[in-house]
Amino acid sequence: MRCTTPYCRIRISRSKSYFLLPVMALLACGTAMAQLPTYKVGRPATEAEMRPWDAVVGSDGKELPPGSGSAKEGAALFAAQCSFCHGKDGQGGVIVPTSFGFTYSRLVGGVGTINSPTGIKTVGSYMPYATTIWDFINRAMPPFPLEKNLTPDNVYAAVAFILYKNGIIKETDVMDKNSLLEVQMPNRHGFYPDPPQEKPGKDGYWLPRWELAAKPAAK
Amino acid sequence: MNSKMSDRRGFLKGSAALAGLAVGSIPFANGKALASVTPALINGGNGAAPLPTNLGVTPDEPTIQDLLYGGRSKYETSVRSHSVNGPTGTRNLTPLQDTIGVITPSSFHFLVLRDQHLPNINPREHTLMIYGMVDRPTVFTMEEIKRLPSVSRVHWLECTGNSGMMHYRAYLQNLKAGRKDDMTLIQAMHGRTSCSEWTGVPLSLLLKEVGVQKGASWLVSEGNDLSRHAKSMPLAKAMDDVFVAYGQNGEALRREQGYPLRMLVPGSQGVNNVKYLKSIKLVDKPYYIQSEISGYTNPKPNGQASWYETQQGPKSLITFPSDPHKLPGPGLYEISGIAWCGRGKIARVEVSTDNGRTWKDANLQQPVMTKAWTRFRLGWNWDGTETVIMSRCTDESGAVQPTMMELARFWGDQVEPHIPASEIEHWWANSSIAQEFLNPQILPWRVKPDGSIHDALYNTLLPNPYFPV
Repeated sequence: MRCTTPYCRIRISRSKSYFLLPVMALLACGTAMAQLPTYKVGRPATEAEMRPWDAVVGSDGKELPPGSGSAKEGAALFAAQCSFCHGKDGQGGVIVPTSFGFTYSRLVGGVGTINSPTGIKTVGSYMPYATTIWDFINRAMPPFPLEKNLTPDNVYAAVAFILYKNGIIKETDVMDKNSLLEVQMPNRHGFYPDPPQEKPGKDGYWLPRWELAAKPAAK
Repeated sequence: MNSKMSDRRGFLKGSAALAGLAVGSIPFANGKALASVTPALINGGNGAAPLPTNLGVTPDEPTIQDLLYGGRSKYETSVRSHSVNGPTGTRNLTPLQDTIGVITPSSFHFLVLRDQHLPNINPREHTLMIYGMVDRPTVFTMEEIKRLPSVSRVHWLECTGNSGMMHYRAYLQNLKAGRKDDMTLIQAMHGRTSCSEWTGVPLSLLLKEVGVQKGASWLVSEGNDLSRHAKSMPLAKAMDDVFVAYGQNGEALRREQGYPLRMLVPGSQGVNNVKYLKSIKLVDKPYYIQSEISGYTNPKPNGQASWYETQQGPKSLITFPSDPHKLPGPGLYEISGIAWCGRGKIARVEVSTDNGRTWKDANLQQPVMTKAWTRFRLGWNWDGTETVIMSRCTDESGAVQPTMMELARFWGDQVEPHIPASEIEHWWANSSIAQEFLNPQILPWRVKPDGSIHDALYNTLLPNPYFPV
């Protein structure tokens, strides 16, 4: 069995765990006590502050707010607020001015190109979850100096438009907190199954795969 | 308390007297003006004496700015350069060619802005909220955070794409377009790394205050810039050595470094160090945010991409002599450079001045610190002939900085069917999408007989059909 304290990596065999129960109870007590605040600074966060859709949205969509939109509704919004950088149909081509200059302005196409030297990363060709697009548009779009004015309905509609232009959903499909989770992105399985950090190495640390390329020092 | 305060007053009076003496002993053109400013300065500008306005009349007389915050000699002109593939006018890359020692001055520290907006946050209004899978969702003010036990540590930061081939492509395109400005190759290619002393509160301490719930295994930190940059991080890393920083090089964070509060994730990709930190959410899985999917993942030749590779391996770079420098002639020089790694300390740096045939151990600046730049130095007698110089480092776990070919071979072995190194190097060097990760390869410089220094890695990969310049 494995100690459930998240920072503890001690492994104990199942057969011996019975004898360790009293010790573990003590440890559990210690853990519970350690979890009480020591410095007692800060104030409780309010519900409004933790309003889930104001913050990051994960791939299981727990934080997605009510609301809905379709590609039809998204088309007008996209033309007015997004096409300046992303092109009329999300085909990109405009350099988005950031201090580091990368442009991810292209949103559509490129499916099947990721394994080529001229691969094109777009929503359709690369993003594994539709929630990622919802989250990014909701928090970051449109960029400064434009005013951030999108409602949840607007965001659902914009996402629907981009997915439609990628041929992933139909023009009339309505995106909401349930249907968005059912969207199968073409590159859903284009990543290594598990982030490497979920399997720490034998020294307890996670390694980038390439670091294994570094050869041991010559004696 | 009282005695302490009176001690301090006594000290200040003493300093004032000393300062007065010092002023009296220096033949300033306008001694009266300087004598009148001294008490005002010591009183923080709130004393009875008004701030003088008649300083800086002659060239060597200090201006009020010289005295209040200071500045460098007018003969020092090194500045950050603009990103080669960014718009002109945005200057964000560290002038590595002019760095000395291991601390990067805050004014040289590289920066990345998600858009053209540079937040100007009032620290009295800024708060940090920790919520999600915690027992006590809590909001901390900056004042409260500064009351908690703090640490100061020296750590490097590095942008994920630093030293990537894409920057060389952009550099050449800029040269072709006549946009050289004062851009130098070392700055354009490798200037996305810097090293500072950071001060803040360990994240593990904050997490214990709020009580992390069973099952939480990741956290998502979010910034208060307009694009609200967010990033997932494994909880184990957060509990290890991560801290929230409000200090940089002995003063408050610079605005472009996330003032008033930023995440500091030692040894990992720069993108994890969320600036203008406003919230930390405890969750049970990575959140697949745009900034950890689009730009910070590594597609491999088989179409599969790896993600959440955050830890930097051993990497080193000679900063003198490098691209902008020109050696005036044969003779003795000190080769100097920086080495850094994401795990532990740098154990060894070797330098070759004959294109990798022989290597000599360089001297390491002491103390060598964990996950900090390590400055290395080695005397070198240049005979005036063309040669290639390079450095390679070893971290304390024994991992050695790989050559580009070794990296390529490794990548080829990663995929089924295996891809020969010759092909994968080509692919790796030229892909438009595979460069957005930490590039740890050995970085050689070619020394020409005229003393000029040139890149000896990236241009060897040209020309090829995938690399239109």
